[in-house]
Amino acid sequence: MKLLDLAHARTGDKGNTSNISIIAYREEDWPLLKDYLTCERVKEHFKGLVKGEIVRYELPQLHALNFVMQDALRGGVTRSLAMDAHGKCLGSVLLSMEL
Amino acid sequence: MKNVRIGVGAGFSGDRIEPAADLARHGALDYLVFECLAERTIALAQGEKAKDPAKGYDNLLARRMQAVLPDCVKNGTRIITNMGAANPAAAAGVVREVARTLGISGLKIAAVLGDDVLDLVLKQSDKNILACQENDIPTQTIISANAYLGAKPIVEALAAGADVIITGRAADPAMFLAPLVHELGWSFEDWSSLGKGTLYGHLMECSAQISGGYFADGLHKIVPNLSKVGFPFIDVCEDGTAVISKLPHSGGLISKATCTEQLLYEIHDPQEYFQPDVIADFSDVGFQELGENKVQVSGGSGKPKTGKIKVSVGYSDCWIGEGQISYAGPLALERSKLALEILEDRLVEIALPVQEKRADLIGIDSICEGSFDGQAIPNEIRVRFAARCQNQEDAARIGEEVDALYLNGPSGGGGVTKQVRKVVSIASCYLDEDAIETSIEFLEV
Repeated sequence: MKLLDLAHARTGDKGNTSNISIIAYREEDWPLLKDYLTCERVKEHFKGLVKGEIVRYELPQLHALNFVMQDALRGGVTRSLAMDAHGKCLGSVLLSMEL
Repeated sequence: MKNVRIGVGAGFSGDRIEPAADLARHGALDYLVFECLAERTIALAQGEKAKDPAKGYDNLLARRMQAVLPDCVKNGTRIITNMGAANPAAAAGVVREVARTLGISGLKIAAVLGDDVLDLVLKQSDKNILACQENDIPTQTIISANAYLGAKPIVEALAAGADVIITGRAADPAMFLAPLVHELGWSFEDWSSLGKGTLYGHLMECSAQISGGYFADGLHKIVPNLSKVGFPFIDVCEDGTAVISKLPHSGGLISKATCTEQLLYEIHDPQEYFQPDVIADFSDVGFQELGENKVQVSGGSGKPKTGKIKVSVGYSDCWIGEGQISYAGPLALERSKLALEILEDRLVEIALPVQEKRADLIGIDSICEGSFDGQAIPNEIRVRFAARCQNQEDAARIGEEVDALYLNGPSGGGGVTKQVRKVVSIASCYLDEDAIETSIEFLEV
């Protein structure tokens, strides 16, 4: 099962920091997401890509998690050499995680 | 109970104009807000202004105003926008010209000034170096320094009767918070209300990103009629509650899911969203679907502001050169990798001074950088090589070497493109809010 089937995501950027929200489609999947999607697992999924610390915030009433990932954008949108300098694609990449 | 309706006319500088015109005509709006300034836009606009003192505002300003002004005047809708960029005063003049051309009279246009704090920031620098949050910046490279103004000067312009208010750098949510403060009589020490107003502004400021744009995935998230996606509007009631919706004939989707995605967009700690007027708290926000494309927002609060204002500093940083070439069919991956090896060797051979370089196989690892191995190899691959250099000539060599792969590289390469661009980067520093003086210039037609 892929995370894509349980949750949706949106990615934002501020400087060299990326944030990804992960939102459960169904209330019954929320406990699984909360338990499984640890910062360690997200860090492992983005190995080599996210170089800094990852912090997770919970919004239980919305069945949502917010991952804030530092040093994730090769210097940020203004000076990154990457094609996707905003890191807009990273949320979709996270949804490819196998649960 | 009194109700204020605020519509969104743009969520970024390149946003579509038709949905704004539709809202202006049919939305029964009290206010129409255009958010058009990305972090770097103002630094680039400052460059235009340096070349021509009459320029430096949003390129689409006149077109946007032509599209909405007649209906806004007819319907009593007031306009708030940061399309002034580096030159709000000149932008106000453009709006006056558009109004004259359209035969509109009795219009009061306000330009909010004071966000340009370049002189103040340079005074803070020590030994020609400005200490910023990200890095130290040599002062001779600084192009612009603009403070994120809060809602106060916009409220002042509204109280003076302005119909169109043009700012330079202002905090995006402040353009929505200001009309709420003005209409509902909120105090600038009512942290809870300021937090709610900031929440509503944050939800609205990216236009279609809450009404079905940037949402559809082709499987789980289906958005009806996305090509005709409508921009949202929000009804904020005197008691502080709010409902988000869009015009019934427009495409798109407003649901709990679209609202939740937008709530967390570019947010770090939901309990601490730092703004010039308040530290907003989004941690207890809830959404309830009242009907089709109609969502009620609950929660949201705030605590006292820090008194520090964020300043966005634009500086001339470096040059980036890049080139791309395609390979297809059997052995496309092998030939792509060979092309990259050749490029690496060539850079060593010509001893090009490169600060940082990057090789991408587009379709394989340009996003994930090789950390997601084991995927199927596509039938065609685009090779991209990019590097950051101190000067334009060195950066241009990157594209030239990719171009040279035609006759000097692996077989069957095609479709070379190359480019060189100057990089204006952004860093942040902070000023005491008392150090920033704002003023308003009015024009009438």
